[in-house]
Amino acid sequence: MKQARTRSLSILFQLGGLILAFGFVTLILLSIDANPAEAFRLIWQGAVGNSTRIASVFVVWVPLVLVTCGVLVTFTAGLWNIGIEGQITLGAIFTTGVIRLFLDTPVHPVLVIVLSILAGMVGAAIWAVLAGLLKVFGGVNEIFGGLGLNFIATALNIGLIFGAWSRPGVASMSGTEPFPEAYWLPTFQNFRFSWYSIALTVVGLVVIYFLLQGTHFGLRLKAVGKGIKSAFRLGIPTWQHMLLSFLICGLFAGLAGALQVVAVYHRLIPAISSGYGFMGLMIGMLINYQAIWVAPIALFFAALNIGGIQLPIVMKLDSTLTGVLQGSLVLFILLMQGVKQRVLGNK
Amino acid sequence: MKKKLVFLVLTLVMVSALILTACQPAPEPAAEVEEPAPVEEPEEFVFGILMVGPYNDRGWSQAHYEAGEYVVENVPGTRMIYLDVVNTADRPGTTAAQLAEELVQQGAKLVIFNSDDMKDDAVEFTRNNPDIFVIHASGDTQWAEGENYIPLENMVNVMGEMEYGKFIAGCDAALHTQTGSIGYLGPLINEETRRLTAAAYLGAEYCWENYLGNDPNDLSFRVTWIGFWFNIPGFTEDPSQVAQEFINTGVDVIISGIDTTEALVEARKATSEGTPVFAIPYDYEGACDEAPEVCLGVPWYNWGPAYVRHITAAMQGTWESVFEWLPPDWNDINNRDTTAIGYLSGPGMSPAAQDWLQQFIGELAGGLNLWTGPLNLQDGTPWLAEGEVATDVEVWYLPQLLEGMEGRSE
Repeated sequence: MKQARTRSLSILFQLGGLILAFGFVTLILLSIDANPAEAFRLIWQGAVGNSTRIASVFVVWVPLVLVTCGVLVTFTAGLWNIGIEGQITLGAIFTTGVIRLFLDTPVHPVLVIVLSILAGMVGAAIWAVLAGLLKVFGGVNEIFGGLGLNFIATALNIGLIFGAWSRPGVASMSGTEPFPEAYWLPTFQNFRFSWYSIALTVVGLVVIYFLLQGTHFGLRLKAVGKGIKSAFRLGIPTWQHMLLSFLICGLFAGLAGALQVVAVYHRLIPAISSGYGFMGLMIGMLINYQAIWVAPIALFFAALNIGGIQLPIVMKLDSTLTGVLQGSLVLFILLMQGVKQRVLGNK
Repeated sequence: MKKKLVFLVLTLVMVSALILTACQPAPEPAAEVEEPAPVEEPEEFVFGILMVGPYNDRGWSQAHYEAGEYVVENVPGTRMIYLDVVNTADRPGTTAAQLAEELVQQGAKLVIFNSDDMKDDAVEFTRNNPDIFVIHASGDTQWAEGENYIPLENMVNVMGEMEYGKFIAGCDAALHTQTGSIGYLGPLINEETRRLTAAAYLGAEYCWENYLGNDPNDLSFRVTWIGFWFNIPGFTEDPSQVAQEFINTGVDVIISGIDTTEALVEARKATSEGTPVFAIPYDYEGACDEAPEVCLGVPWYNWGPAYVRHITAAMQGTWESVFEWLPPDWNDINNRDTTAIGYLSGPGMSPAAQDWLQQFIGELAGGLNLWTGPLNLQDGTPWLAEGEVATDVEVWYLPQLLEGMEGRSE
């Protein structure tokens, strides 16, 4: 009985958060004389209005899911991997580097693509472990270390695009020379998404789900996340687990970055991480580290991203409004969670 | 366990958010309305513009936006839709080709890509949408003699011969500099920006030597590139800082090659602090309004007439794929109905310089061609021999800056 009551109360609180978030965005829209119902309709239509748009949603869904899978591992170990953006960037850089290396060689493009994706994963993992080493051995909080490494990754990326890897005779923020089509991950018909990306993402999801829910490693990681001292006393090698969580997160971020290069942009661009890292962190917080919810919530966020494009075209509104909606959803639902704990007691 | 349940519920709620957004708009009738809309108004011709920067940037993108308005005024039955800040830094996760398709979804039958940077996307989109007309402003893919020729029946390239505008800007700068030091605030480096920067240099050198009778070796012409057409914090150099750096090192006239007006703002700041500095913005006829007192003039694009021509042709079925590099109307380079580029004098221009400048424009109209040898490339490689005149292809694909200019060539 008591459990049922708690559950229904929880629903009420979460629903309250949801209503507050939508209410907040509605207020913003009303304050600028925009019709909220029309705006929400446009976002919906913009995301699912036709097959091209749905395909575009999945283009965004892929990196969002991969990145969120990654941050779930570090979250579980009690770590805030803010450096995820830089890790995606490093993944993209390594991938681009390997493709460039093999461009004019007889090595088969398929092999090059595979190698480049693996290189991207390794590159990002190294970058992630660096943040971990700074934390474990340097005493640098992973938030600050990650932020610093993000800046370095961006600088490195821009340096390469504007310098060493610039197009012949060109130095532009539009990115490096696009690769020949043989080095693109094949897309489905004329749509922008690739089944290979989707397949890799689904594999990633399954791996993370079982890793966190069904293995001893996942359990030990949780123990480290809940309390590092108690975990240590229980005989868990804590710093090794922390580093390993960074490494796994890096592999996922690297895969996301690699796919941005081989499946979406076919070149390296300055904003290759596209803010997906931070969005992944938001989704992680929203679903409270439950791997089972990564796919649907990432889909929801991706749909908002793609649907939001309609706002400036049709209503002359800034499409970052969907970002405001995403942010306020996280904020209000976490807020209501806090309120609920106060009201019901922290049990 | 209880916590786990709570979050199960939480995520359920999130899914309900999906449903909520689904319910909110009552999408069914809306979707039905969207489809037959063009049938109801068969007369309307919708064209879309993708702009690389903000539509109100007082620069490149605003010039395109106002050209679109010009089309609507002058071609009955047309309607404009647009999307601005189309670049991967400002619209992460999107591509110009994808956004062009969104304009088509909204009814556009013709799409204008307004940046050289969108070249790959413009070609991809044009190939995938053979029924949609495409104007790629500043592109060269429809130029049979060009280096990037990709024949596409539904694409047109339009560009104004801004080299003339930059000759004039360079001359204007040379006529006003007291320190003999001109700074060029460059965007990204490519063929277009190299030849425009070189044109400014040639104009400056010509007037410095021929009108003022100075030694060309006493003229310093420095180029600093910021990396893109406008400031993207975190990604490009800050144009304000570059302008300040120019001023701190003796530059007293800044020619802007970027789409926004930072050079003017910094010139005004320095002037008000006691160091007289002038600036020459770029792209848009109203650019001087930002800081008129320090504005010498502005070379501006007038896309309207060309867009009217091509959009009318698309509507009437007389569309032809062409590459156009349009000169100014020498009868009146600032005539909004006839010219492709112009040069508007700014309030900062001195009366003496005004006369020289008019003389220079007259000479250009009379056939003066500054792309005439002897000219060497920046590294000293001979480019044009004595008396040799550059071809259009040689000018368009200028491989380096010219000898005498300081700054990166690539």
